[in-house]
Amino acid sequence: MLYSQETMDHFLNPRNVGSIPDANGVAEVGNTTCGDVMRIYLKVEDDVVQDAKFETFGCASAIATSSMTTELIKGKPVTDALKLTNKEVVNKLGGLPANKLHCSVLAEEVLKAAVADYYQRSGADVLSTEL
Amino acid sequence: MNIYADNAATTKVSEAAINAMTACMKDSYGNPSSLHSEGQKAAKVLLEARQKMAARLGCDPKEVFFTSGGTEADNQALFSAAALGKKKGKTHIVSTAIEHHAISHTLDKLAKQGFEVTLLPVPENGVVEPETLKAALREDTCLCSIMFANNEIGTIQPVEEIGKLCRERGILFHTDAVAAAGYLPIDLGVLPIDLLSLSAHKFHGPKGAGLLYARKGIKVQSMLEGGSQESGKRAGTENLPGIVGMAAAFEEACGEMAENAAGLKALQDQLIAGLEKIPHALLSGDRNRRLPGNVHFCFEGIEGESLLLLCDQKGIRASSGSACTSGALEPSHVLLAIGRSHEIAHGSLRLTLSHQNTEEEVSYMIEAISEVVTKLRQFSPVWKDLEEGKKKHAI
Repeated sequence: MLYSQETMDHFLNPRNVGSIPDANGVAEVGNTTCGDVMRIYLKVEDDVVQDAKFETFGCASAIATSSMTTELIKGKPVTDALKLTNKEVVNKLGGLPANKLHCSVLAEEVLKAAVADYYQRSGADVLSTEL
Repeated sequence: MNIYADNAATTKVSEAAINAMTACMKDSYGNPSSLHSEGQKAAKVLLEARQKMAARLGCDPKEVFFTSGGTEADNQALFSAAALGKKKGKTHIVSTAIEHHAISHTLDKLAKQGFEVTLLPVPENGVVEPETLKAALREDTCLCSIMFANNEIGTIQPVEEIGKLCRERGILFHTDAVAAAGYLPIDLGVLPIDLLSLSAHKFHGPKGAGLLYARKGIKVQSMLEGGSQESGKRAGTENLPGIVGMAAAFEEACGEMAENAAGLKALQDQLIAGLEKIPHALLSGDRNRRLPGNVHFCFEGIEGESLLLLCDQKGIRASSGSACTSGALEPSHVLLAIGRSHEIAHGSLRLTLSHQNTEEEVSYMIEAISEVVTKLRQFSPVWKDLEEGKKKHAI
């Protein structure tokens, strides 16, 4: 079997699929030329990830890592989300084939970018309230 | 549910082939090179298999060299023809951008050895234009290798016209007939083909058996050092059960070719019509000039490996030309060659039917694949952008 049971489970029954209309941290990485595009939506309140959703164009490992990533950060402080590594996601999935590891890197990248977006937005908010 | 729709990858071995192989292993276990009775019994079985293959191909048994499969036959054909060309000072080879890797990678090697290789482009329908070939042929062209039919998108190439153009110019013409053998009539007594490769497991024979046809007078180079089997062209004790199984399967496939083709065409038409109802789906390759049973589509906004694995969950065994399924980072070179963008090529699905598939199976596949495509599009950011008008639909 190419994929672990856990990976297949997250691929066949992906968690947290979709978008969050009032998300305050959004990011997209990848491109269709390489074959993977991940988009992640975060709803952060009081620096805690209240909700996380994803949309992914890609192979089974791309979908499974997106799903697992959102599962692992929901309810956690954003600082924890920032610390999440692709290695942890892969371990939680019971490993990935070597040629699929780059998909997990994308998941880490997109999460970091979404948190950065959140920080930027909240920074802008702080600025506007000060004005 | 278990629907096998990946017959271009390999086929289920036929009962006739299994029976012939079992009988061979039980009764003709001798080494065809041995002089004693058991050896001679095996030698006779080997000769009969060669005669059967030659009869169905319309050639002389002496023009048939058994190999381990299509890849070996392709390698041997190309290296042999290149060596012959070099002797005459001709080092230009013409082929196409849609060949199997057994050809394209061998050509890469020949290029490193100093041969100049021209890969002909193909138009969107995936059929080589003889005019394009004509323009590419030169004084120093020694070999032209163009597949009989494409293994991915099923397009049938105009081998007769190609062969004529080559023959008029004294250029050797090789055709990789791995995808075509057993499905399309091949009469080497009529077709101007000099070298041809085929593989048993694509027409319900066993894996590990194939052959190279080399027209009389063409000196084939041995790829292996060893004994003098296959007239000194292929060392190593013959894979007799495999060869016997191949002959049995080929006889069956050729004998039932017209009937099978008619049945396959009906299933193919049904499947194409059904899948074309999925929005933003595009058939790859010429609609008419294609192998009976080959159905190849690109679905916009989704990725092929996910598609393949979800189909597998629904009991449909298919294949895809996406980068993720190839093990490389590039999608299928065939799809890129017919002008598909990377994005579209990633969302490809190939279904290749056999005479064992049924109308009910095809109906089920249409429904299941439609569901799978819809499911994947539901959470594809690429599809979302297309639907929201942020990007334009390409197909």
